[in-house]
Amino acid sequence: MAKEIVLEKLRHGTELLKRGFASMQKGGVVMDVTDAAQAMIAEEAGAVAVMALERVPADIRAQGGVARMADPVKILEIIDAVSIPVMAKARIGHFAEAQILEVLGVDMIDESEVLTPADPHYHIDKSKFTVPFVCGARDLGEALRRIYEGAAMIRTKGEAGTGNVIEAVRHQHAIMGAIRALMGRSEQELFQVARDIQAPNELVVEVAKLQRLPVVNFAAGGIATPADASLMMQMGVDGVFVGSGIFKSSDPERMASAIVEAVRGFDDPKVLAEVSKGLGDAMPGINIDTIPKEMQLQNRGW
Amino acid sequence: MPLRIAVVGLQGDVQEHISATRSALSASDIDGEAFQARSRRDLEDADAAIIPGGESTTISKLLHRSGMDGDIERMASEGRPILGTCAGCVLLASAGDEQVRRTGTELLDLMDMEVSRNAFGSQRESFETDLHIDGIGMFRGVFIRAPLITRVWGRCSPMGHLGDSVVLARQNNLLAASFHPELSGDLRLHSLFLGMIKE
Repeated sequence: MAKEIVLEKLRHGTELLKRGFASMQKGGVVMDVTDAAQAMIAEEAGAVAVMALERVPADIRAQGGVARMADPVKILEIIDAVSIPVMAKARIGHFAEAQILEVLGVDMIDESEVLTPADPHYHIDKSKFTVPFVCGARDLGEALRRIYEGAAMIRTKGEAGTGNVIEAVRHQHAIMGAIRALMGRSEQELFQVARDIQAPNELVVEVAKLQRLPVVNFAAGGIATPADASLMMQMGVDGVFVGSGIFKSSDPERMASAIVEAVRGFDDPKVLAEVSKGLGDAMPGINIDTIPKEMQLQNRGW
Repeated sequence: MPLRIAVVGLQGDVQEHISATRSALSASDIDGEAFQARSRRDLEDADAAIIPGGESTTISKLLHRSGMDGDIERMASEGRPILGTCAGCVLLASAGDEQVRRTGTELLDLMDMEVSRNAFGSQRESFETDLHIDGIGMFRGVFIRAPLITRVWGRCSPMGHLGDSVVLARQNNLLAASFHPELSGDLRLHSLFLGMIKE
C-alpha cells in the first residue's frame, strides 16, 4: 500500500460503505464454516463470504446450552485462510461481543438468533459500529426495526439448523406480502401501518415507494439443497446463507459448488437439474412441528 | 440503433450499474439501454459491457463456468468498450498479487496492469474520499475492500490516483476503476464510458 495514504483521514463506516458492502454480496452464497479447511472449500466452490463459527446451527441445536460468540483464535484462523469476506455471529444485544468481532477484523457481524440472546430488551445499536451488520427478520416490522438500528443487510430467520426451508419461505412471503400491501396507500394509512407493525414511519414510507427493503435481503435458515436456494431466489431474495446444509451433507465440496451454481442459474430448471444430480445425502433435517415453540430459534429477538 | 450496454450479471452490484448507466444514458440524451447479461447469448449484440463489483473469486469462477469469459475477451479485441469496477477491475488485469494467485482467480488478462486484491484490509478499512480524475476533476471515490492498481505498463495509462497509487486506468477501449462509481451518485465516469462507445 502506498505510504502517503493516511487511512485515518478517510471516511470509514458510513452508511453507504456498509450498505455498499452488502450490495457486493448480491447473487452470492454465504457459507457457515468451522475451520480453515472448510473455509477454503467454501472459497474454492465460489462462496462470496464465509460465516466463521465454532459449531454449525445443527450442532448448536443438538448440544443445547448457551451458545456464544466463537473463540477469536477460531475466527482469526479463518480470516487468515481465505481472501473472501469473513462474517461472524454475536448474540442479540451483546454489543461487547460485537466490539470484539470488529477489532478482530471481521467484515460483517451477524446479530444472530442462532446464539443465545444476551439482552431481553434491546438489540445492538449497530449505527455505532464501523463494521456492517446483518440481522434476521420474520416480517416487515422486524426487518425495519433492525434497519432503523443500523443493519445494512436483512436475512430471513427461517429455522436454522433444521435443513427445512419452510420457515424461510414463510418469512420471505411475510416480508414481500407486507411490502406489496403498502402499494397505493395514503400517507395516513402508511402511518397507521407503521404503528401496527411497530416500525419507524419514515422507513415504511421509503419501502412503500421502493417496493422493496432499502437494504439487501438474503434468505437464511433451513436452506439445504440447490433447489432450496433456487426457491428462495425465485421468491425475490438477493442471495442466500447456507448454514449446516453444506458441511452436514455427505459431499460438502460438491454441495457447495452446486448451491453456488443454483443461485447463478436460479430460474433455469435445466441448470438446476444438472447441478442437483448425484449430490449424495443432504443434511438429514428436522420437521418444524416436532420442535417445541420455546426451542425454535426464530422466536428469539423481536 | 439504440446502444446496448450489458452489465455482466453473475454476482455483485449489478442493479446499481444498470441504474447508473440508465441515468447516464438519459442525462447525455443517448438512445440506449442497460441490461443484465446472465449468459453468453446476452453478450452477443452488446455494444459495451460492465463487469460490476462483487467478489472477484466468485465472478471469475462463474465467468469461466458459463463461458462468458471468452465472449468478454472477444468483445475487448473487437474494440467494444469494457468497464470493470472493483472486482471487475481485478479481473481486467493481466497480473495479480499473492491473494489473486492463491485463490486461483482466472484473470481475463486484458489490460497491461497488475492489481493487488483487497489492498487496504478488511471492511473496517473501507472508505470514501475525494479523488482527482484526469478529464473529470474531483470525484467521490467509494472504496469497499478495494483493490489497487499497483503497476501499469505498455498501452495502459493511469487516469486517477490516490496518494501515489493508481485507482483508475484506461487502455484504449478498456477502463478499470478500483472504486465504485455506481454507488456515489455521480454519473460522470459512466458518461465517459458511454462516450468511449462512440469513439
